[in-house]
Formats: sequence, structure tokens, C-alpha cells
Amino acid sequence: MILLANSLTSPGVGTIFWSALIFGVFFLLLAKFAWKPILAAVKARDEMIKGSLESAEKAREEMLKLQSDNEAILKKAREERETILREAREIRDKLISEAKGQASDEASKLIEKARLAIESEKTKAMAEIRDQVASLSVAIASKLIGSELTKSGEQEKLINLYLNDIDLNKN
Amino acid sequence: MKTFRFVVVSVLLLLTPATLPASEPELEGHGETEEQFDAGTFILDHISDSHEWHLYTKKNGEHVAVYLPVILYSRERGFDFFSSKKLAHGHEYLGYRIEEEGDLKGKIVSVNEAGEADELNLPFDFSITKAVVGMLASAIIGLVLFISLARSYKKTGISHPKGIQSFLEPIILFVRDDIAIPNIGLHKYEKYMPYLLTAFFFILINNLMGLIPVPPPFGANVTGNIAVTLVLATCTFIITQFSGNKAYWKHIFAAPGVPFWLLPIMIPVEIIGIFSKPFALMIRLFANITAGHIIVLSLICLIFIFNSLAVAPISMFFVVFMDFLELLVAFLQAYIFTLLSALFISLAVAEEHH
Repeated sequence: MILLANSLTSPGVGTIFWSALIFGVFFLLLAKFAWKPILAAVKARDEMIKGSLESAEKAREEMLKLQSDNEAILKKAREERETILREAREIRDKLISEAKGQASDEASKLIEKARLAIESEKTKAMAEIRDQVASLSVAIASKLIGSELTKSGEQEKLINLYLNDIDLNKN
Repeated sequence: MKTFRFVVVSVLLLLTPATLPASEPELEGHGETEEQFDAGTFILDHISDSHEWHLYTKKNGEHVAVYLPVILYSRERGFDFFSSKKLAHGHEYLGYRIEEEGDLKGKIVSVNEAGEADELNLPFDFSITKAVVGMLASAIIGLVLFISLARSYKKTGISHPKGIQSFLEPIILFVRDDIAIPNIGLHKYEKYMPYLLTAFFFILINNLMGLIPVPPPFGANVTGNIAVTLVLATCTFIITQFSGNKAYWKHIFAAPGVPFWLLPIMIPVEIIGIFSKPFALMIRLFANITAGHIIVLSLICLIFIFNSLAVAPISMFFVVFMDFLELLVAFLQAYIFTLLSALFISLAVAEEHH
């Protein structure tokens, strides 16, 4: 009640009325014509700044990513080169060793074949010689036997004649 | 340099109106029995509302004042509209008179046949008083300032702030980033920004205008008028109650975690809390601004109490000091009112998190 007794602390009806009216109109006009555009402009600017900062950050990150990507690609390429070279070396070595082995096999096979052929030719020739000698022996023997029967002086002459006839080279 | 000149001019302005009417008692003194200077009355006359805007008193005792319109409503007479000049110096007009003494001092009363004030049947006073003129002026200044600011935003678009923007934008951003967002939260603050900004700048402009002593409409004690702070606090109260969500009302009528037998005590306490918050807002702003004005006026009164010019420099020094303090208080009180309003709103819109 002390508040109401003093003119300073007792609110006047008229002052309340005018305050409410003035403040209300002040609020409505400012809200519509001032705060709305001002806050919108400030917000738009804030968002623009935020957006550009974000995109800058994104670009930076992308650049870093690209850089690391490039590095990774380079590293991978280097590794790949290494492996390719290594593989090539391995293949070459293998090829050379394989070729070497094959060549020596082939050579030994050829030698063996030649040996076998020589062997078989030799046996064939021996057998032929044997046959020849046998038939010659038979022929000589038969010739010897035939001339002996006729003339002994003539025998030797005949054998030589026959022997001359039989050219050893002919077989 | 400019600020210095501003300070000097402000000090001079501050001193002039207070000294001129103060010469009244001396000059009007009756010969040797000089009237005692009454500092209390002098101060109260300066900080309370008035129907005329007193400028100064001439040497012959004639008052120079701006007479403001009086609008009265009484059941018998209906509406009456006239200049307060008709009621000046205790004159009676249309059966009305401004009381000069007692509890109703400064108020317009209707006079009965006996020539006494009819205390039971006071007319409703809708007069355009000093405070109303001051408030109206501050509202016009605010409107011009911020509507031109809004227009300048249309011009500059989203580029950096220019001119008046660079001065006002930080304050607007301060209200947004340091008052609204931390209290109400990022999702809901936008709805309350217009009110918070309006309240902040309304109080700030009125506080600052109240510090500048002359000419009219400066120097009216608007934010130190309890009717004005009552309206402002009521606005915060209404906004708070209408934005109250389920959690807010639940907290009042069934506070979670409180045993049911405590509720008969808790509910009245909570209901008192609803009203005490805006009541504190009202008293805080009123008391701070009024107290500041009283201190400044008291310091000036020292000169007349001691009736010596030698006191003047000391008194002036303290007045200048107080004015700087009041400048701080003008911003501080606008900030506190807005901050607490935001806080009360935040309590009403807070999500339940128990």
C-alpha cells in the first residue's frame, strides 16, 4: 500500500494507457518495417559467410584428398612398375633356363639317336659283311672245289681270277 | 575531440535546467525570512510526471513552461480536453484542479461544492503528460532510426555494414547472439527477436533521453515512471504465459519429483513465482533509473543546500561522474530487462528434460 500512496510509485491509468499504446504501435511498426528486413538481411549475410566458409573448407579438403589420392596413385604405379619388372625378370630367367634345358635335352637326344643309328647301321653292315663273307666263302669254296676237280695248276689261277672278280667294294 | 565536446555540452545541458528553477526560492523569498530550500520536494518535482513541461523561471517569478494537453474522463462530465495552462498554478477549470499538496500531489482532482478535492471520485486522467511526450518522442526517434536502417539494408544487400549499420548492427547482433540465442535456443529464438529488440531499444532510447536534461522532449523521466515499466513488464508476462508449453505448466501445477503432499505448498509458490518475475522486472527498471536521477539531482541540490558557489565544482565533478555511471546504467538496464525477459520466455518454452 505504501507503493500506491506515493505519487511516484502509483502507476497512473492514463500513463499506462499511453505507454501501452505507444509501445504497442512502436513494436508493430518496428516488427513489420524494421526488424523483419534487418534480421533477414543479417541472416542472409550470416548464411552467405557460413556457406562460403564451408565451401572453402570443402574445397581445401578436396584438394588435400586429391593430393593424397595423387600420392597414392603414384605409389601404386611405382609398386606396379616394380612388380612388372620383377615378373619380367623372373619370366626371362625362367625362359632362359627352360631354353637351356630343352636345348641340352635335344642335343643329348640327337646324340643318342645318332649313336643308335650308327649302332644299328654298324650291326646291319656287320650282318651284311657276314652274309657277304659267307656267300663269298661259299662261292670261293664252290669255285675252289670245281677247279680242283679239273686241274690243280689251274686252281690257283682260277681262285685269283674269281677273287679279282669279286670286288669287295661291290657290296 | 568530438566526444569531449559532447561531454562538455551534455554537462552544461545537465546543469542548466536544474539551476534555473532552483533560483526560485531565493528570488521569491520574503525579505529577510528567506524560504528554506527543500531538496526533497525539488527532486520529487523533477522526477515525477507532470502536466506541464517546466523550462525555467524568470527573475520576476514568472514560469516559462510548455503546457501539455489534458484529457480527462469522469462519469459526470464525460471527456474533457483542454490545455494544462488552464490548470497552472492551482487554477480551477471545469471543476478540475491539480492538487499541490498531500497524497494526491500533482494529480488532477475534481472539486466539490465545498472547494475540496473529491478523493472518492477521481477523474480518469488520459493527459499527454511529460512522460507520454518523452515516450512518444523516443518512439519516433526509434522508428526513424530503425526504419531508415532497414532501408539501408535493402540498398547494401548482403555486403558489409555501412554508415549507421556499423553502429546499430553490433547492438542488434548482441541482442540476438548474447541474449536471445543462449537463453531461448537456436530453434525458437526467432519468434521472440522482434519483442526483445523492441524492448531493448525502447528502454535504451528512453534511458538515454532521460539523461539529456534539455530541451523537451529530452529529460523526461520515462523509464523511471512506474506505469511505463508496468506496461513493459506486463508485455513480458503476457508473452511468457502465452508461449508456455506443456512442460512449463506441468512444472507449475505438478512439479516433477515433488511428493504429492507438498503440492498444496508448491503450487501457490509457483503461482507467486509467475507474477513475481515480471514484478521484479518492473521494479528493477523503475528503481534503477529513478535512483540515478535522484542521485544526480541531489548532487546538484548540494549547491543550494549549502547555498555556496564553492560547492559547485565539487558537486559538478560528482554529477559528471554520476552521468557516466548513468550512461552505463542506461545500457545495463536495457540489457538486464531484455536478458531477463529472454530468460523467462526460455523457462516457458524449454523442453522437458527430467
